[in-house]
Amino acid sequence: MNRPLTTQQPITATIECQQLSHSFPMAGERFRVLKGIDLTVMPGEMVAIIGPSGSGKSTLMNLIGCLMTPEQGQLKILGQSTIGMSKAELADIRRDHIGFVFQQFNLLARTSALDNVKMPLMYHDSAVADADERATKCLQSVGLGDRLDNHPSQLSGGQQQRVAIARALINRPDILLADEPTGALDTHTSAEIMALFRQLNQAGHTVVLVTHEMEVAEQADRIVMVRDGCLLQDTPTMRQTHVPRAEGS
Amino acid sequence: MNQLATALISLRRNLMRSILTTLGIIIGISAVIIMFALGEGAQRQVEEQIKSLGTNILMVRAEAIRSVGATGAAGNVNRLYISDADAIKNELPEVVAVGAYNRGQAQIVYGNQNWNTGIQGANVDLLTASNWQIADGRAYTESEVRSGAKVVLIGHSVATQLFGDPTFAVGETVRVNKIPLRIIGLLAAKGQDMRGFDQDDIVIMPLTTANRRVVGKSGKDINRVSRLVVAVDQEDNMAFVTEEIERLLNQRHRIAAGQTAFSIMNLSAMLSTRAEANRVFSSLLAGVAGVSLLVGGIGVMNIMLVSVTERTREIGLRMAVGAKPRAILSQFLIESVVLCVIGALLGVTISLLAVMLMQYGMGWSMALSPVIMLISVVGTALIGVGFGFYPAYKAANLDPIEALRFE
Repeated sequence: MNRPLTTQQPITATIECQQLSHSFPMAGERFRVLKGIDLTVMPGEMVAIIGPSGSGKSTLMNLIGCLMTPEQGQLKILGQSTIGMSKAELADIRRDHIGFVFQQFNLLARTSALDNVKMPLMYHDSAVADADERATKCLQSVGLGDRLDNHPSQLSGGQQQRVAIARALINRPDILLADEPTGALDTHTSAEIMALFRQLNQAGHTVVLVTHEMEVAEQADRIVMVRDGCLLQDTPTMRQTHVPRAEGS
Repeated sequence: MNQLATALISLRRNLMRSILTTLGIIIGISAVIIMFALGEGAQRQVEEQIKSLGTNILMVRAEAIRSVGATGAAGNVNRLYISDADAIKNELPEVVAVGAYNRGQAQIVYGNQNWNTGIQGANVDLLTASNWQIADGRAYTESEVRSGAKVVLIGHSVATQLFGDPTFAVGETVRVNKIPLRIIGLLAAKGQDMRGFDQDDIVIMPLTTANRRVVGKSGKDINRVSRLVVAVDQEDNMAFVTEEIERLLNQRHRIAAGQTAFSIMNLSAMLSTRAEANRVFSSLLAGVAGVSLLVGGIGVMNIMLVSVTERTREIGLRMAVGAKPRAILSQFLIESVVLCVIGALLGVTISLLAVMLMQYGMGWSMALSPVIMLISVVGTALIGVGFGFYPAYKAANLDPIEALRFE
């Protein structure tokens, strides 16, 4: 859904949270995990959400990722409110607008890279004709054009995460949502994956990273710090989008 | 289409498990089909026997005289004679033909071929009464019976044994208990009787020829027969004719009232009773087989539940990339239906092979019913839906967040 943005209209925020609150039942009471978050992500931004475990950043990510609907407050994905949506409607939003990248890659075992990347296409209402072609392009864009037939077990951790990123790109999402994408990788590979995210961001993708590592967060344009369910800080980083770092390594 | 391929791929991924699960279905469906084939076969065999026998046949046999259930002293045995047959035919207008015969066992020799077979000495009417056709040559005549002519009709199996090709038999001379007899006719093949004996392993000759020359009876016994075969004009008259024959024979043999001296059996009625018993028994067996199919279905459900638990993270992932609950539901349903249908098709193949083996290899009477095969395949697919639904429902209702976090 890479719609061309026209200058005549006011630009719609990719993600818009207003007084977003959420709670879980815990020991008979409700534990308020998010206490009124205001957050706006504009198209083409690269934002890192950072916070210690238990801060509520995972819940925030699950809400942004439309894996659940918020209890209170407003959440709009490309101007569309997710409040009161059914499971099926949320699934459509995820399919059409969001690409997930997980810490544990979550690739299908004993399945080729190409088939892994193609998998999300089977949940479209009508069959996607050029599925192989699209998946190949996605794998090429993450630098795995020569690994189409390899199974996850035949790939390194970094390569597996690249396959997962290609899978996230297959539905041409408006948001790339990455949950600790470097959590299972060594420092060197982490740098490569972060470089890839930056590259994708420069190519126009909106990227939201969730992490607890400052070094990872610093690769983004903006760092949003969450603690105890509140938004503590929302600061731009010193890094300029177009300065390449550790690229080509 | 896509989902079918996905189902096949994931079933192949756990090949051994899929095969073992399918085995339950295979065994269940084969059992159902084989049991029905056996039941149908037995049924059809009985029907054929009834047809070959005719529904209008009464068998009359002399028995020890009994008065109200108590058997008389040994030797107090009643006897049937050829004249009884004539009397029945002459007295009762409802009777079409009365066959009378004696049975024995004899050695039959042709050249260097030697065969022990059953012999029947019979009157002319026996062939009519027992619905026996002549395949080649001719039957013997009334005058040949009177004169005790040295002629014989040969059964299909005996002719095959002695001549290789039964069509060579007519016109040849064989020795039956050293008496040379000319073969004048070949009996049409009748197959097995209801106890599995070969009805074609027999030679039939005029009663007098058998009694005088082959068995060697004398005096009054020359006209003695062991059984009468009475053909009645229509089925409705069977009960009436049975009573009349008993009355007539009691009168002729001076049997006191209240005593039983003859047994008169309606063979097709006996066969029908037997067929009914067969049917009940085979339905019972098919029912048991159906239960094993059900157990197979439970096996499928079990393995689908395991599969859902095992693939919780995969389900979470699929939901995250946009799979609706319904898509997950149908994916797992398709998987269990595919498992069941593959099992059903293999089961049908195996039962076809087994039925052929039993039919041609072991000579059992089997009848495959395409309807039963279709019903069991469709039924198995329904079992797949039925038993696959709960696991699929469970998968579809997983929370994607929990599922993705599942270790």
